[in-house]
Amino acid sequence: MDNAHLAPPVPHERTAESSAALPRARRRRWHLLLAPAFGLCLLAVWTLVARSGMYAAFIVPTPASVAERWWGLASDGSLLRHAAVTLREVLTGLLIGVAVAFWLGYWIAKSRTVAYTLTPYLVALQTVPIVAIAPLLIIWFGSGIASKVIICGLIVFFPMLVNTVIGMRGIPAELHDLLRSLEATPLQTFWHLELPAALPIVLGGLKVSVTLSVVGAVVGEFVSASAGLGYLINFGRGTYDTPLVIAAVFTLTALALALYGLAAGLERLLLGWQRANGTP
Amino acid sequence: MAVRALLSAEHISHVYRTPGGDVPALDDVTLRLSGESFVCLVGPSGCGKSTLLRILAGLLRPTEGRVLLDGQPLTRAQRRVGIVFQKANLMPWRTVAGNLALPLELAGTPPAERAERTRAMLELTGLEGFAGAYPGALSGGMAQRVAIGRALIHDPQVLLLDEPFGALDALTREQMSEELLRIWARHRKTVLMVTHSIPEAVLLADRVLVMGPRPGHLVAEVPIPLARPRSLALLHQPDFVALSEQVRRSIRPA
Repeated sequence: MDNAHLAPPVPHERTAESSAALPRARRRRWHLLLAPAFGLCLLAVWTLVARSGMYAAFIVPTPASVAERWWGLASDGSLLRHAAVTLREVLTGLLIGVAVAFWLGYWIAKSRTVAYTLTPYLVALQTVPIVAIAPLLIIWFGSGIASKVIICGLIVFFPMLVNTVIGMRGIPAELHDLLRSLEATPLQTFWHLELPAALPIVLGGLKVSVTLSVVGAVVGEFVSASAGLGYLINFGRGTYDTPLVIAAVFTLTALALALYGLAAGLERLLLGWQRANGTP
Repeated sequence: MAVRALLSAEHISHVYRTPGGDVPALDDVTLRLSGESFVCLVGPSGCGKSTLLRILAGLLRPTEGRVLLDGQPLTRAQRRVGIVFQKANLMPWRTVAGNLALPLELAGTPPAERAERTRAMLELTGLEGFAGAYPGALSGGMAQRVAIGRALIHDPQVLLLDEPFGALDALTREQMSEELLRIWARHRKTVLMVTHSIPEAVLLADRVLVMGPRPGHLVAEVPIPLARPRSLALLHQPDFVALSEQVRRSIRPA
């Protein structure tokens, strides 16, 4: 759910004797240079391989030619146009998928009847590879935005649903008893108990979903599209314009990262109480 | 005593239906709680004390018998009956003040009055400095004080406490008993408290009801005629010790 396990281990506090000699600021900051330095190394290796003559330029272009292609696309506005198309698909699909999954997950957690009726179909739906039915969705909904929105929605649906059900079912029974004894209405129970209690897990699902949604949009654009970053990749591949492919991939990555950052920011904003309670 | 009962249970029996068969939990329990009295319910673990409390709170419908609140059958949980559980069950996304104010928010109390009553309750529970603290920063005893304050803030007629100090260490537990005596002296409610600490029951109660093992049934009633206000100093006095012994004997007859 979280990538906290990828975070670097916190170094043990040194004993006072060994650390007193080192200036505090320098001791803290040097490790911040490690990741950029490693990135520069990778870039250098890439340049060396591209320049070595082992591969043709259309197979491994130099970083400089990718950057040049990217700049060209960015300055004539076409990159922004394609990115906007993909972003719209991603966000619309995400919104619809998350909303439907939350609503269904809420009812599955609350009602045994709903759970027994729907669960087999939802599990079956999850086992269908979305990539495999993407062509079918294009046939049914055309090669415009609708089919991509549906693919994005489907791809984020299941993780959101599962997280919502887990979040709702994890609410302590005694808190439900408390609200019953206070004669809370169903709406009050939702607003004051169910939503805030399930929010941490639901937002964890959202962080996973934003990146999945980007995958969904690209899959849809691969199958059939006339615009979007996925379309750009496909177009570049068809014309042996490898710098274009790589430039589009980098843009997609930046887009996914930005969306993930937004979701993480939303989490920090809404779940400030978790830090105040001393839980990470 | 011709005092009219505020909350009463009449011939309550309860059976839990489980896949492994029926489990009888309560057998023909009748009790009456009258205004401003503090009653403790003691008994061995698993004798159905908590089940009885949930039934009295209207959270569980008994298999047989009925509960009357102010003469009216109790068919669902009501605001007029406050409840405190063994775990404080605070909402971690609300501050101490926010947790205290929850019942008032749900009841639609105007914000100005809400703030005033929250402030008064913070003072009563000795939590003035912790209004903005989150539950994670509280000790067990402090969290339970918030839970008690939350159960009192909307001024219910009856307060039901289900082993409220059961999860606390012995020292905190004693302090909390005294605290509860002090709070109760200011907010005279009809209180029924489940506990398995005999000294705690004798210290707090006007009457101690003793329940026998499963299926739970009342086996004895011990009146506690000790004068109020009471304090922990009572714990070593002969009449206190004698009453504790009397309660202990009725739980485990020799």
